[in-house]
Amino acid sequence: MSMPFYVPPEQMMKEKADFARKGIARGRALVALQYNNGIVLVAENPSNNLRKISEIYDRIAFAGVGKYNEFDQLRQMGVRAADLTGYQFSRADVEGRGLANQYAQIMGQAFTHESKPLEVEILIAEVGHSSSADRLFHVTYDGTVIDESQSCILGGDTESISARLNPTLDPTTELSAAVQKAAAALAGPDRTLTAEDLEVVTLARGTERRCFVRVDETQVATFLQA
Amino acid sequence: MTMPVFSASNDPGANFLELVRRVGLSPDMSQWSEALGVPHATTCVALRYSNGVLIAGDRRATSGNWISHRGMEKVVQTDRHSAVAISGAAGPAMEMIKLFALQLEHYEKMEGRSLSLEGKANQLSSMVRNNLPAAMQGMVVMPLFAGFDLLASQGRLWDYDATGGRYEEREYVAIGSGSMHAGTVVKVGWKSDLSANDAITLACRSLWEAADADSATGGPDALRGVYPIVATIDENGWNKVGDETLAGIFEVIAQEVRSR
Repeated sequence: MSMPFYVPPEQMMKEKADFARKGIARGRALVALQYNNGIVLVAENPSNNLRKISEIYDRIAFAGVGKYNEFDQLRQMGVRAADLTGYQFSRADVEGRGLANQYAQIMGQAFTHESKPLEVEILIAEVGHSSSADRLFHVTYDGTVIDESQSCILGGDTESISARLNPTLDPTTELSAAVQKAAAALAGPDRTLTAEDLEVVTLARGTERRCFVRVDETQVATFLQA
Repeated sequence: MTMPVFSASNDPGANFLELVRRVGLSPDMSQWSEALGVPHATTCVALRYSNGVLIAGDRRATSGNWISHRGMEKVVQTDRHSAVAISGAAGPAMEMIKLFALQLEHYEKMEGRSLSLEGKANQLSSMVRNNLPAAMQGMVVMPLFAGFDLLASQGRLWDYDATGGRYEEREYVAIGSGSMHAGTVVKVGWKSDLSANDAITLACRSLWEAADADSATGGPDALRGVYPIVATIDENGWNKVGDETLAGIFEVIAQEVRSR
């Protein structure tokens, strides 16, 4: 009987983490921040069809960076879980925290037990009835859940993006200014991002049941010019 | 909230009904029977007008000769541009509407775009067909589907039979116990160029006459402030007519009846 080489767990975890991080850093980043009427999510995404940000439920959005097929599968699981919970109980019983915990389990399981960890990072954004009830649950490739406040950055190069974004954060800012800040933080000093490069979604506090609104390209262009 | 996981070959896709079945939440209809004496929902009408479609229904549910509910909402918005009205066994009917609305939303979220109006009408057809075993035991559900077709830029409406047969109507349709009276009133007053307001008044008249002649149809209940549900759907989506407006319209009709 042949014995596999012994690999210390520290090294195995480190290698898996490096692998996942590399995969995630290859893609473009995404930021979410509070504005005066909810949460805005801005992703650098040149594709108009393969979305990084999607609707999960009435007040909950899903955002993912990294490998598209992997986070899209997670998104579909989330939509299913949310719709089933809402059907079985009540729409009020679907909340972001439960989803984030489920995602953490699935991603943590994949990280420790599968031969290849998921090369994704996801965000469950939930808009509350007041700004203090807004929730941003950031779930990383190894299943770590981070309950972020005010803003959240997903993807590679998060340090320099947060260095640009954090000093400008203000939850009472207008939507147009929030989109500008996000675009500038994603672009950095050497580039400018146009409306075609961005995917923008708002979770707006309002009278509508479904808060998820995709901001179209012309609207984003006017925000960037303002 | 547990996340359902499926293998790629076994994935229910954007089909919510299939998902509900897979996780074991579908009801067993084999024991349902008319003998259970469940409440029945009654009269609904829908008609096309110049730039959209109107859908309306009374609020009464009956069990035999009893009025079991006075405030039932049998006209339900199913998404931004469509609505369903039902008559028949209230329990299965309300469940069908709930599932249908969820299916439309689930599809939209999973696929990132809405079904076409034709696709929605077809989906409802298969749901009515799936209810056939229950219908054979007396639990018939008769829906009416109305919506604004964004591809064709016009309001459209459909009615169904118990086998899921789907019939698109060009002018108007009425279903339920008071459908003969309601349908006749709409038939006499219908024109292709009705404005939204004219259509609302016509629908109110039709429900008034149905309630006047059919004991299972509820009229406007000024005493309790319960009025029929009347909604228009046009390019900008669903718009429910407020109770004050309806109260005004029914007051005019009542005046006319008094002065006959």
